[in-house]
Amino acid sequence: MSSKIKDWLRQDRLPHIYCTGCGNGTVINCTLSAVTQMGWEIDDTVFVSGIGCSSRASGYISTDSLHTTHGRALAFATGVKMAKPELNVVVFTGDGDLSAIGGNHFIHACRRNIDMTVICINNMIYGMTGGQGSPCTPEGKYSTTTPYGAHEPAFDLAELAAAAGANYSARWTAYHVKQLSDAIKTGLEKPGLSFIESITQCPTSYGRRNKLRTASDMLEYMRTNALLLSKKRRMEEIGEEIPAERFTVGEFVNRNKPAMGVPK
Amino acid sequence: MQGNYACAEGALAAGCDFFGGYPITPSTEVAEQMALRLPKMERTFIQMEDEIASISAVIGASWTGARAMTATSGPGFSLMMENLGYAVMTETPLVVVNIQRGGPSTGQPTMSAQGDMMQCRYGSHGDYSIIALTPSTVQEMFDLTVKAFNLADRFRCPVFLMSDETIGHMREKITIPDSVEIIPRKPLKEGMLPFEPEEDGVPGFPEFGKGYRTHVTGLTHDTRGYPDATDCTVHADLVQRLRDKIESKKEEIADFDLVNTSAEIVFVTYGPATRTVRQLMKERDDILIGHLNMRMVWPFPDHALAEFANAKVFIVPEMNLGQIAGEVKKNTNVPVLSVPKIGGEMHTPDELMKAMEEYL
Ligand SMILES: Cc1ncc(C[n+]2csc(CCOP(=O)(O)OP(=O)(O)O)c2C)c(N)n1
Ligand code: SF4
Repeated sequence: MSSKIKDWLRQDRLPHIYCTGCGNGTVINCTLSAVTQMGWEIDDTVFVSGIGCSSRASGYISTDSLHTTHGRALAFATGVKMAKPELNVVVFTGDGDLSAIGGNHFIHACRRNIDMTVICINNMIYGMTGGQGSPCTPEGKYSTTTPYGAHEPAFDLAELAAAAGANYSARWTAYHVKQLSDAIKTGLEKPGLSFIESITQCPTSYGRRNKLRTASDMLEYMRTNALLLSKKRRMEEIGEEIPAERFTVGEFVNRNKPAMGVPK
Repeated sequence: MQGNYACAEGALAAGCDFFGGYPITPSTEVAEQMALRLPKMERTFIQMEDEIASISAVIGASWTGARAMTATSGPGFSLMMENLGYAVMTETPLVVVNIQRGGPSTGQPTMSAQGDMMQCRYGSHGDYSIIALTPSTVQEMFDLTVKAFNLADRFRCPVFLMSDETIGHMREKITIPDSVEIIPRKPLKEGMLPFEPEEDGVPGFPEFGKGYRTHVTGLTHDTRGYPDATDCTVHADLVQRLRDKIESKKEEIADFDLVNTSAEIVFVTYGPATRTVRQLMKERDDILIGHLNMRMVWPFPDHALAEFANAKVFIVPEMNLGQIAGEVKKNTNVPVLSVPKIGGEMHTPDELMKAMEEYL
């Protein structure tokens, strides 16, 4: 039975809490577009999330869903998947949720290569708590807890997932809607852990403090600074310098190592 | 059989389908036994990366309908506290075994204690009520583990088995029945909402994958499960119900023995001290001594104290600095003598004699 995106939305919970111009809606749309293409049943699918603006996504989706504690989404999802492998498990998480408080669960879920799809909405900041720095805030960028510019290096989550053992890892942005939906679909199809990171605009907490006040400013920033992984590798080969502002997008790993929690 | 093994066997008999845990002395044998036995029964054992992950996975598993459990000890128990609150708020049935050791901190890993009795009652933030069982024999490790699963499903809440190193590592003969009574989770009734209480205050369970499409959140939520975190009434009603569904049934679910209810000197015990009091009563062979042995300390069975109408003193020996003695004091006008003992060894009959002699 094929379903429409609308069927996957929990209509009676709308309107949502997101700010005007927030990119979370785009990622939810891309996810639901991929999910509907899969032909999955709503009743066989579980969405799990942690805490943060991005993690509120699970509540807007009409499947069974677990909105858990900050950072722990992957550990909860592991329980769901290992107890009932027939269920399709998709996780929504934020950069803070996944890589700060949830960092340990993240690397272990990748190591186990457990059969689920993890979608990290990376707005480079803590949105829900009002704009504090995250492990993904780029060096030099401003937040309420990095008022003089972040002085710690940022995590590269897609590289981290690949190194830790995930079968699939990709990064796109809320500007690259088509590529993002396709990457999510590839992730959903793939047995094992699929990690899809989306750099997403948060005009309210990030943009405002970093001279990108509107959603379109932020989308423009993504468009100009996203660097295809293949192009980056070519630049590295010929020794061309890669400007600090630029970040890589594309597929970081796509392999078929043995996975846990795959239905028999 | 060793106490910790008896706990694992009890869980298996009760139909535990999922164990998620992280090794910690003196609880480790529970996990080891589950690791050995569960896969052979085509059920799931997973060693998680820490105790926060363990309790998270157990909650996730429970929502798929699994009977799920974890076992730990002091420091691991502390790590679980945030998600224990989550399990309370989301009404997730599960069993947590705490084989207590000496604390605070890493304290005495190989020694016995009962120092987490208040943490299990009040350790997570916010108001709530819980159920905690306290075995004093290896047989009870088995029996009460079975009971823990039934109570968790009956009340849709986490249930604790608060044991300790003494009972966990003790070896005694036990009888394992061919089958045990299993009280299953009641499913969500047609037309009811996933967090809408039935008459007994407990909602039916909307198992994941069965078409209920439930949203589960630790935020204050309405009966549909939708977040509603700023309405005072919604919060007050929910939290009050979560507490009442257990507290209002405490007389019905309480589990204790009463000996010599006409006695003037009454020992109130749970866990290892129960054995010392029994020894003492054997040695003295008189009816001077009364005994209230609690197999369930939370919800606290205050009505059991009232059974000792002639009591002049309640003597409470425990392997902490008087945690449950304080609870006894709260619930009686009779003088209460706390006989604390920490360091890792259980009370001797002599020590209890001495405490008693003050009143003879
Ligand atoms: C244990 C714990 N610590 C802190 C918080 C407060 N908190 C809520 S959301 C959040 C950060 C969310 O940031 P991120 O994951 O990046 O998501 P975003 O809101 O940006 O989408 C924090 C620190 C919490 N809920 N729980
Ligand atoms: S704070 Fe940022 S991430 Fe959160 S809803 Fe607003 S724009 Fe979106």
